[in-house]
Amino acid sequence: MIRSRWVLIAYVIYLVVPLYWLMSMAIRSNADIVGDFALLPNSPTLANFAEIISNPVWYEAFGNSLAYVVINTVISLAVAIPAAYAFSRYRFLGDKQLFFWLLTNRMAPPAVFLLPFFQLYSAIGLFDTPLAVALAHCLFTVPLSVWILEGFFSAVPRELDELAKIDGHSFPYFFFRIFLPINRGAIGVTLFFCFMFSWVELLLARTLSGAASKPIVVVMTRTVSASGMDWGVLAAAGVLTVLPGVLVVWFVRNHLVKGFALGRVS
Amino acid sequence: MRSLKPRDNRAWFGVLPVVLIVAFSAVIPLMTVVNYSVQDILDFNTRFFVGFEWYRETLNDPRFLSAFVRQVVFSGTILLIEIPLGIAVAKGIPRNSKLTPFILILLALPLLIPWNVVATIWQIFARPDIGLLGVGINALGIPYNYATDPTHAWITIVAMDVWHWTSLVALLAFAGLTAIPRPFYQAAEIDGANRWQIFRLIELPRLRGVLIIAILLRLMDSFMIYTEPFVLTGGGPGNATTFLSQYLTTMAVGQFDLGPAAAFSVIYFLFILLFCWLFYSSVVRNDDS
Repeated sequence: MIRSRWVLIAYVIYLVVPLYWLMSMAIRSNADIVGDFALLPNSPTLANFAEIISNPVWYEAFGNSLAYVVINTVISLAVAIPAAYAFSRYRFLGDKQLFFWLLTNRMAPPAVFLLPFFQLYSAIGLFDTPLAVALAHCLFTVPLSVWILEGFFSAVPRELDELAKIDGHSFPYFFFRIFLPINRGAIGVTLFFCFMFSWVELLLARTLSGAASKPIVVVMTRTVSASGMDWGVLAAAGVLTVLPGVLVVWFVRNHLVKGFALGRVS
Repeated sequence: MRSLKPRDNRAWFGVLPVVLIVAFSAVIPLMTVVNYSVQDILDFNTRFFVGFEWYRETLNDPRFLSAFVRQVVFSGTILLIEIPLGIAVAKGIPRNSKLTPFILILLALPLLIPWNVVATIWQIFARPDIGLLGVGINALGIPYNYATDPTHAWITIVAMDVWHWTSLVALLAFAGLTAIPRPFYQAAEIDGANRWQIFRLIELPRLRGVLIIAILLRLMDSFMIYTEPFVLTGGGPGNATTFLSQYLTTMAVGQFDLGPAAAFSVIYFLFILLFCWLFYSSVVRNDDS
């Protein structure tokens, strides 16, 4: 145990040092960054953050990213909850094959889907909308959501369903007023995973968005190539993209461990 | 428990929305890819059926083969580092301390950072002119520059991936460890088992389920890696860090070679399925014996 504690401490330091460097870059001016090397910022400034908050290219990109992440999460949960319930409660024709087939979609490299996605969404007029990116991200968030929720739902005894019936509750009442509230931890964790895989993705988001719906991750890569390395603003944008993740993880912190076991440790 | 589930085909109504949405976002595109892979597409009105020509060409393409070898070496390396390190980190996390939630949140953090930002962080961190790491190593007298030296580029990308993804293994393993009942440890203590024996005979078998998930996830995802090397090194220096996804993207979007890119895609997808299936079936076979 003692030795593992040291591994943990060393690893946490390894995690934190690059993050510290990002944050310290975010509060330096560009002259400071390329000037003399210093561990601590000489003259901390919030100018980089001010630039992002005042420049529509930056804050609109944040809005665009949040838009497709939210749409994706809503779609994923809306379709995955009934499916996970069906998988956890019933046997039906082809259930095992279907479950496995869903998971194989998680194994498809997004790069494979670039062209067909681009053509498909152009053809139906969705190209350059948040909905296109949200639907494309369903490729991996939906199978994952079904997988996680099925594990949690299976752990809820089926007697509960029957008791509700005996008590005279209708199925919708049982499902929405009893079953889902019991599983709100599971839903929170699924939300965390959908968010995690949709917010962080670049390749599909870049391919399916043009000028109107450019997401934050794309604006960041453009800044690197275009205006000759504006490191300070780039670092500040980086810090801001980390914040939504911190919020989400804070809300599900109590369910995180069970969530990572995908409900099926034992 | 599972065998008690009643049989009811009406449950299909529950899974129908998922099937529809996955059909839309996966099956239609995949069919398009397969369709392209057997045609020579000059423009959208002039196309010829070429059979397996593109598949033959891809499998004989030295650039594909070298990208493939790099990919396998990379995935192997990060699995060998991240799995044991993740388990060790998980064993170090205190179970019921006030600090536990904070450690868990800190560990989950890298997983929630956009992948290009991860690369940006490492770019800023490792650059020999402005980066803490880059400047630090150079100050020790080692001429480190990931942009010009292939070995340094490799080490940096592996270090970045370890930074980015070991947490996933650690959180999965920690979830597995917390599910081991106390009496297991007490029994082992009575039998006088040492720490290594406890780990090998009690913890490791109990972690099997979560470790399979961890290895599968890391195997698939590392095989699809694109964004991080793209931003950090752009696949360079030379082709030193060009992995499969990046090669494919250049082919499909950069050069617009639809047929060959599609054949490449199919082969790529099949390889991932094959690796996952090989790993999974070998684990399950060990179960039976």
